[in-house]
Amino acid sequence: MALIATESLTKTYRGGVTALAELTVVVEPGIVGLVGANGAGKSTLIKILLGLLPPTNGQVRVLGLDPTTQPDQVRARVGYMPEHEALPPDLSAAELVTHLGRVSGLPRTVARERASEALRHVGLYEERYRPVGGYSTGMKQRVKLAQALVHDPDLLLLDEPTNGLDPAGRDAMLALIHRIGTEFGISVLVCSHLLGEVERICHTLVAIDGGRLLRADRIDAMTSATDVLAVEVSEGTEELAARLAALRLPVRRDGRLLLVELADDDTYDQILGAVAELDLPLHRLDQRRHRVAELFATREPSHV
Amino acid sequence: MSESTGVIHDIGYQRYTGPRLGRASVFGALYLHGLRTVFGFGRSAKAKIFPWLVVGIVIVVAAVVAAVRSQVGQVVMTYAQFPTTMGWLTIFFVAVAAPELVSRDLRSGVLPLYFSRPLARSDYPLAKLLALVTALWLLLGGPQLVMFLGAAFTLDEGPRGVWNELLDLLPGLLYAGLWAAVFGAIGLLVAALTGKRAFAAGGIVAVFLMTTPIVGILAILPARTINELAFLASPMTMVNGVGTWALGDLLFEGGDGLPIGGFGPLYALAAVLLVAGCVVLLLARYRKVATR
Repeated sequence: MALIATESLTKTYRGGVTALAELTVVVEPGIVGLVGANGAGKSTLIKILLGLLPPTNGQVRVLGLDPTTQPDQVRARVGYMPEHEALPPDLSAAELVTHLGRVSGLPRTVARERASEALRHVGLYEERYRPVGGYSTGMKQRVKLAQALVHDPDLLLLDEPTNGLDPAGRDAMLALIHRIGTEFGISVLVCSHLLGEVERICHTLVAIDGGRLLRADRIDAMTSATDVLAVEVSEGTEELAARLAALRLPVRRDGRLLLVELADDDTYDQILGAVAELDLPLHRLDQRRHRVAELFATREPSHV
Repeated sequence: MSESTGVIHDIGYQRYTGPRLGRASVFGALYLHGLRTVFGFGRSAKAKIFPWLVVGIVIVVAAVVAAVRSQVGQVVMTYAQFPTTMGWLTIFFVAVAAPELVSRDLRSGVLPLYFSRPLARSDYPLAKLLALVTALWLLLGGPQLVMFLGAAFTLDEGPRGVWNELLDLLPGLLYAGLWAAVFGAIGLLVAALTGKRAFAAGGIVAVFLMTTPIVGILAILPARTINELAFLASPMTMVNGVGTWALGDLLFEGGDGLPIGGFGPLYALAAVLLVAGCVVLLLARYRKVATR
């Protein structure tokens, strides 16, 4: 069963602003990155998935349920971490997460147990009894994540979870999300405007821009075909290119570089063999893992 | 390889397969949380000061009234008169409690955490309203119970006397409920309009403060009908008008009550419409807030 499936999903706000335009996408369970610039429609999509906003047009399914007609069933199985500040400063993290667990339908004692478990999983221990108002930004983000986790959802919707965090905090948050998606067995949709960040932890990437789908695919499918070896020799570049072509390796010129698509480890040996036979001074030979950003960039000729 | 007993093992993430409760339980959880909030439970010591100061005052007043009655034999205050006498104190209590219940949530941005859960949109404001009304009713009804117990244990008339006291107490408690409903509905609606607690508190006091002079002006206009309807202009006098009509002697012993003429039922209808109107506006307000 698909985790999230939309078909021609369109949302036009009053005033004629189109937040989502004919968005059709199907994603499988796992860690899903939803990337796009600010205003691309990420938050609108999340609100529609939660059943908080009705779509203007189109179909949407979350965990096989329709959030427009079964919002309560969807929300019972989904945890949501909003982008903005969302914690009342005078409550302790333990009190708040317990209360929100009860609002999700957990019995009283279960809510208390699961609240301290969830806070422990995000790395909050004794400080959970202190008022949230005195927490650092990193701790507040963790509390927001814990409240999304307290009722054991099947899907987490995280809106910009690394917002406002320092580099170490970002890494810790991403590691935590990765752990939730892999060890906890909970699917995660991570929204971010930073592609470089989510591509590290995601299985699937969905990129939207101006409410339209740019691309949606498994991340290994995006990168595996595009791993290339960059070869640079101080002289005799032409000769080497000819030799490699003779070896039936796909070669491209890129300035002073030769780019060779990496099929398997033999490719290395073949290149090194060719360089040695021609007795050329090898300047460098390294593997270029195309950043996913480049993939999206080439897909947008209209944006040049 | 040493397995010491003091080690806490990380047992990893546990999935939850137990029951998930329905709408009534969720509503109850929200309601109880609201009731605790009003009296400062689960919050800092600072949040407890004001509510418990007010609770202290009303209990002391009730105890003094009961003591005077048992010692001197004079009824200083009837049960039904208690909420009226405590009117302004109640307003200040609402002005602190209502913003604590709703304005704080609006400001801190916690509402998305509620509305992304299986909670009907109308249940949030209704649970908060019910919590505030309950708190007000306890505030105004609790002391009446103190007065009743004081009387019941000091009267010489035996069970008969206690029964009579009870018949006096029950309308008093009902009347306290009316006060609680009207004050709670107005207070929560005003507080739900702003995320700034100081503005909300000021707004609530203003609604009651500003409407009182209007009553004064209307009451001295040279037209009897207008004079009799004047008390509709302010929530406090409106509730008093309902009390005059419904309770009569119990509320204004020996006196005449408010000069509302034959418009008693109209006052009752107006009070009902006022509460209903506030609830409708409150629900509309949260329909808008929930989608943000």
